[in-house]
Amino acid sequence: MNRYTVINPHSKFTVINTHVHNVDGIAKVTGRATYTFDVVLPGMLYGKILRSPHPHAKIKGIDYSKAMALPGVKAVATGNDTIGAKQGIWRRYKDLCDEQLLTIDKVRYIGEPVAAVAAVTEEIAEKALELIDVDYEVLPATYEPLDAIKKDAPEIHEGFERNINVTRHIEWGDVDEGFAEADYIREDWFRCGGQAHMCMETRAAVSSYTPDGKLTIYHSNQSPYYMQGLMAGVMGMREGDIRVISPYVGGGFGGKFELDGAIFATAVLSKKCMKPVKIVFTREEDFIASKRRTPMFYYTRTGVKKDGTFLCREAKVFTNGGAYTGMGATALYLTGFFHSFPYVWQKGYRYDGYRVYTNTLPSTSMRGFGAPQAMWCSEQQIEWIAADLKLDPIEMRRKNSHYEGYEVPGQATIASCGINQCYDEIRKWIDSKGKLPKGHAIGLSACGFMSGGIFNWFDTPYSFSSAVITINQDGTVELNVGAQDIGQGSNTTMAIICAETLGCKLEDVKVHSSDTDYNPADLGAWGSRQTLMSGNAVKRAAEDAKKQLLEFAYAHSGLNIIYDLDIKDRWVHSVSRPERGWPYEEIVRKALRGKGGQRIMGRGFYTPYRKGMISPAYSYMLQGVEVEVDEETGKIKLCDSMTAHDCGQPINHLGLIGQLEGAFSMAAGYGYLEYMPYEDGKLMNPNLVDYKMIRAPEMPPANIAEIDTYEPEGPYGAKEAGEGLTNPTAAAIGNALFKLFGIQIKECPIRPEMVVNALKEKKAKTGK
Amino acid sequence: MEKKVLTLNVNNQDYELYINPKTLLVEAIRDYINLTGTKRGCDTVSCGACTVMVDGMAVKACSVLAMQCEGMKIVTSEGLEVDGKLAPIQKAFLDEGAFQCGFCTSGMLMSAMAFIKETKGKPTEMQIREGIEGNICRCTGYNSIVRAIDAVVKGKYAEGKK
Repeated sequence: MNRYTVINPHSKFTVINTHVHNVDGIAKVTGRATYTFDVVLPGMLYGKILRSPHPHAKIKGIDYSKAMALPGVKAVATGNDTIGAKQGIWRRYKDLCDEQLLTIDKVRYIGEPVAAVAAVTEEIAEKALELIDVDYEVLPATYEPLDAIKKDAPEIHEGFERNINVTRHIEWGDVDEGFAEADYIREDWFRCGGQAHMCMETRAAVSSYTPDGKLTIYHSNQSPYYMQGLMAGVMGMREGDIRVISPYVGGGFGGKFELDGAIFATAVLSKKCMKPVKIVFTREEDFIASKRRTPMFYYTRTGVKKDGTFLCREAKVFTNGGAYTGMGATALYLTGFFHSFPYVWQKGYRYDGYRVYTNTLPSTSMRGFGAPQAMWCSEQQIEWIAADLKLDPIEMRRKNSHYEGYEVPGQATIASCGINQCYDEIRKWIDSKGKLPKGHAIGLSACGFMSGGIFNWFDTPYSFSSAVITINQDGTVELNVGAQDIGQGSNTTMAIICAETLGCKLEDVKVHSSDTDYNPADLGAWGSRQTLMSGNAVKRAAEDAKKQLLEFAYAHSGLNIIYDLDIKDRWVHSVSRPERGWPYEEIVRKALRGKGGQRIMGRGFYTPYRKGMISPAYSYMLQGVEVEVDEETGKIKLCDSMTAHDCGQPINHLGLIGQLEGAFSMAAGYGYLEYMPYEDGKLMNPNLVDYKMIRAPEMPPANIAEIDTYEPEGPYGAKEAGEGLTNPTAAAIGNALFKLFGIQIKECPIRPEMVVNALKEKKAKTGK
Repeated sequence: MEKKVLTLNVNNQDYELYINPKTLLVEAIRDYINLTGTKRGCDTVSCGACTVMVDGMAVKACSVLAMQCEGMKIVTSEGLEVDGKLAPIQKAFLDEGAFQCGFCTSGMLMSAMAFIKETKGKPTEMQIREGIEGNICRCTGYNSIVRAIDAVVKGKYAEGKK
């Protein structure tokens, strides 16, 4: 069904990379796990949001007196009940804080919140929405970045010329000199679609504002700390007066670390009526009024030598930003950086990105963070260049790839890189398959990804990650982290790192996360940052606690100081003579007495320093996907796949496999199924009947060869594994089509009619 | 509409409910009986998060009225374990890591249980996949779930084995 192999594994650990169950597993397989979706508080009201039917309109007035008169309605809130703060997650930059979550004077996309109602039942709240009169003055609207950027396009935000929201320039080397020296230059335009995060748990929040001026919020998100900070800004409160609890979270994928309508509307309503208020988005609301992967138009021009040496590349990108900024600004940066990956450009690289406002659903980060779009364009163009020059596409990629010790000029240092072995593994896999059946082909795609971002546009004064460890008298451990488990298994990964470092057993560790009152701040789950950053914080906290224990153990042992002590598997012992030792819990109790009963606490934090502009470490991968195409209908079927992957030292064995398989299914969906068509600013398929995704029968085997490298900056040598694999698949599918028929599809997701049309065009041109 | 009294048998326990006859089975289970393991992920009978077993068959609990299930045996994810002992399919999900965020898991477990019950002999991999086709999982990519079901039907968790 699936093959998982580890290539050249090194050091042996007690807990790391062993087959351990997810620490939240029992709760999740027995129905015990409760999500924000399940939270019910005493006296709780149910909220609903009134949404704009217009893509662009002025609000001249809102009359909700009839709604208030409906029995059971307890509060109605509009923008006038808020402090009117414009917010954005790039809060260091006021220009990019452009969204009022309950708008006051203007709506900019269909589905934007206009008012919210709290009532004793959801049905009454829904009925009340129909009784709210909004007086709109409809304005002309614009939907595509290449239209919105025109001089005569409607102005969406005041003062943003040509609707340009953010620009990004990345450059190193001398690109023009590169093109002058190139033997061969190829340029292409691509179009990359959006994609819905489609978390199984839709956006949901329960807010409870109390007369002491404190606000408690249950909310489904990827970063309780971000929510706390952002809510403080929009409510005009102190961060410390807001408590955010994010119990089990039903998926995030990059869509849940900004404020959403549910969290803000419930807080405003709760403050108005002093009762807890709950809002859960319907699936349709989640489609039309959460956020989406950023659609992009990509122009890319590449210059090479005839032996296949990559000299230079320049790219110009226009992204469909939708109505507001959010995390879209980061996606604009990262797509530009990863479009250069995983290759060395001998002469230089230049990128200019323009994020353009339109009257559509705001776009943002989504798993892969701009890189799936970047690779869709890059990896296809590289395949075509190899074909144009009659070079082996694997060897051409190999000779231009990053390597250990390479420095991306001014941007990043590559301290570990297993891409070279990835090429070997994929080559072996292709050879092992022999001749493929008729109508089948294997497409390839390479990429790399970051292990957490270095940037601090959130302007936090806290370290990026923190952890506190407290050891109880029986040796059990309280591990408090700000890292957020959204299903990717970070609670398990943190527990593994804690147990390995401290020398206790996994079942000794209780992980406490997801509550800002009890856990240290951490930037949360995004940009594949937690294994490396939160993992480092946990490792340091465990080392701190362990050092305190070993000091007592040393005093107790009377050993010559040339012997050092360690703890493994609850056994405190001399490293050179492991049989000499004492039970860990005995040492804990003695140490407690020696400290006058003070508990042993370890603290750890991590903030990346001197690691360039983007990330402390990079994963690498090469993927092969076997595709079958029905020439009549253009229908694509995925038959098999193999990914050679370098995430440094694997920490959480089951978690890693789950991340790689899951990212692949999402990436495949982006490649050929998940399509978001808009007409006049309206999403045409906001439901799970018409929005097609991978289901179990469509999912091919996802074989994995894990290249075990060592990343010096990561805890025990680990780096990212959660997102990178969302990047290569769309291009791999495209490259399989190219191999099968010689057709070049430049828009994703690849729909059947595009394949049929490309085949027709080819037949008209070549006669076959 | 006039409310009705209804007795629902969920996980071998009778519950007497006084409800609007239009109440969906999923609403009765979640909002009246407070068994919140069963989730909802859509409004179009598409995602399978609310799947329960009704008289041994997998049923999307948003597609039937609670009234239609009177006198039937309903099993939810909370009813799989017996006296604190996990069912084979639950153990297999743990061993294979066949869940991530967990939101689809309850429904997925019930579809898997019904499939295992209905299946005679050894199913093919595609039959297993088709058995859970009605359930969306956004996290795992399904293969770990297929491995878990496969392990159960192959008898890996049969009494006396593990």
